[in-house]
Amino acid sequence: MTAREEVLARVRAAVRDAASVERPTPVPGAAGGVELFCERVADYRAVVEQCTADELPARVAAALSGLTYVVPDGLWLDLPDGVRDEPTLSAAELDGIDAVVTAAAVGIAETGTIVLDHGPGQGRRALTLVPDHHLCLVRADQVVPDVPDAVARLDPSRPLTWISGPSATSDIELTRVEGVHGPRHLHVVVVG
Amino acid sequence: MSTFLGTPPFPQAARTALADPQLRQNLAHATHTIRDKRARVVAEVEDWEALRQAGAAIKDHTLAHLPDYLEQLEAALTAAGAVVHWARDAAEANAVVAAVAKAHDVDEVVKVKSMVTQEIGLNEALAAEGIAAWETDLAELIVQLGDDLPSHILVPAIHRNRAEIRRIFADRMAAAGRPAPDDLTDEPAELAAAARLHLREKFLRAKVGVSGANFAVAESGTLVVVESEGNGRMCLTLPEVLVSVVGIEKVVPSFADLDVLLRLLPRSSTGERMNPYTSMWSGVRSGDGPQEVHVVLLDNGRTNALADDVGRTALRCIRCSACLNACPVYERVGGHAYGSVYPGPIGAILNPLMRGVGTDPQVDSLPYASSLCGRCEEVCPVAIPIPEILVDLRAQVVDAHRGSVTPKPEAIAMKGAAKAFGSGRRLGLSERLTGLALGLARRLPLVSAWTGTRDLPPAPRQSFREWWRDDRP
Repeated sequence: MTAREEVLARVRAAVRDAASVERPTPVPGAAGGVELFCERVADYRAVVEQCTADELPARVAAALSGLTYVVPDGLWLDLPDGVRDEPTLSAAELDGIDAVVTAAAVGIAETGTIVLDHGPGQGRRALTLVPDHHLCLVRADQVVPDVPDAVARLDPSRPLTWISGPSATSDIELTRVEGVHGPRHLHVVVVG
Repeated sequence: MSTFLGTPPFPQAARTALADPQLRQNLAHATHTIRDKRARVVAEVEDWEALRQAGAAIKDHTLAHLPDYLEQLEAALTAAGAVVHWARDAAEANAVVAAVAKAHDVDEVVKVKSMVTQEIGLNEALAAEGIAAWETDLAELIVQLGDDLPSHILVPAIHRNRAEIRRIFADRMAAAGRPAPDDLTDEPAELAAAARLHLREKFLRAKVGVSGANFAVAESGTLVVVESEGNGRMCLTLPEVLVSVVGIEKVVPSFADLDVLLRLLPRSSTGERMNPYTSMWSGVRSGDGPQEVHVVLLDNGRTNALADDVGRTALRCIRCSACLNACPVYERVGGHAYGSVYPGPIGAILNPLMRGVGTDPQVDSLPYASSLCGRCEEVCPVAIPIPEILVDLRAQVVDAHRGSVTPKPEAIAMKGAAKAFGSGRRLGLSERLTGLALGLARRLPLVSAWTGTRDLPPAPRQSFREWWRDDRP
């Protein structure tokens, strides 16, 4: 018998008499909006600001001042000075770049989370991982109230990265330290 | 499933732990801090109880239909470009990981913190094949460099203070790669920065990454890893090859089910509304992340637990560690005394359920490592009835030793009680002997573990039967 057959046979034997259980009905989430989203992102000690589309270029320029940065294809803000991931940057090359600017797929108000689905303007996963600063542009209409609303909008066939504040650890005497391996600086701009 | 080699049965191991004041102080601080954080964020959720019940129902439903969901998961993973392996036990799972590493001719892998790879002793198995497995979670790095054992599911190095960690980094980092800076102090931020630099060179050159998974979605073949530091993202994204070892109980039916579980897990575990990073991936994504993806579906005793009508619900566990922080026993003795990567209340049921009772005295001692106060069940995000399972396992331990050469003292006592209560005459006689028995109980070695810490009531001068006979008007 192969391992597959044997494990499946054991599982079948183990649950032969198990009572069937109905799947639960959905549990509604909370009802916050953009204001709550900004509060909750700030709670993680990320930098968060709100602005109009007209104000955005100046805000982004200020945030990136003095930094080298990579810009993924398809970003809805034109940033001609950014490094392109074309040809594909190696991990070591990415490690030499200070920052990355991306769009997002969804923002979750209740938990202060941004979710990337690595579609247009978000780049492959390594782009938002190796540089030490992540500037993320979220449109106000992308902010949903709670986790169930986000799950309903996302496509599981795509890689997904849920980000709630900067990289953090509490492994030493439970003292919170922001920034271990992921970007140590998360800056979220909500537009519109 | 491996235990920490040589751990004595719980009462002995607990005595050693209780004699360590530093350990007790660290544990009290850690468990109380996380417990309070958890309570605050759980109180924010309007209907936490409904969420818990939904989490329990998702898991129970999946477990009842596990054969179907496992086959669906396998098909979805395969369709998404992953290679699926099955492993009956630790040795088979370790062999798969070693074979993948060897096929790519590497002598090292980078690892995401994972309970299951600790359970199967993967690092030791790879070391025996000449492959170094680098732990990349900060606490796991501290444990690995210190040649130590994890003591908590969430914060495995909680038994170490900052001065000890500084010494471990200063003494041991050089032998494993980039040395710690010469002027390293014991500030947590500096220690974390030293770990960042030490591990970054490993991430950037790694060819093979190894992970577990918090959840595996049957309908889409999506694996989920929940973490804080970004070391997980590094291991899941940068290497060319990824091997994920996944316990068969990790499967959930649909992507929508993650909604409930992702609302339950971070609040219960770290006491956050959401953990810093959650990664989800389905097989291979062209041009993004590992282009060769393996998934090992592991039994290793899970089907033993699944076959236990009472204990089956232990497989709902999402490894949040809330029960550890809530437990008055864990709070005082810490994780090492349980002799397993799964300590605390959940370990006291998972270990006997997965490994079976009646053969290893250390495992048999675990269901007794509890006062049955019930706090674990109260905080469990998937409402596992831990006290009920503990009691059932105690019965199983007693049953397993029935008829053995040295029956358990409880068994002798219960047998005696059955005999005495079985006849009025014998009961009358034993009542007259109560005073004598209580005096004896204080001195007998077999029962003094019980009586030594409890006030025994004085025996009445006259038994009820005697009073009935003599004083009836």
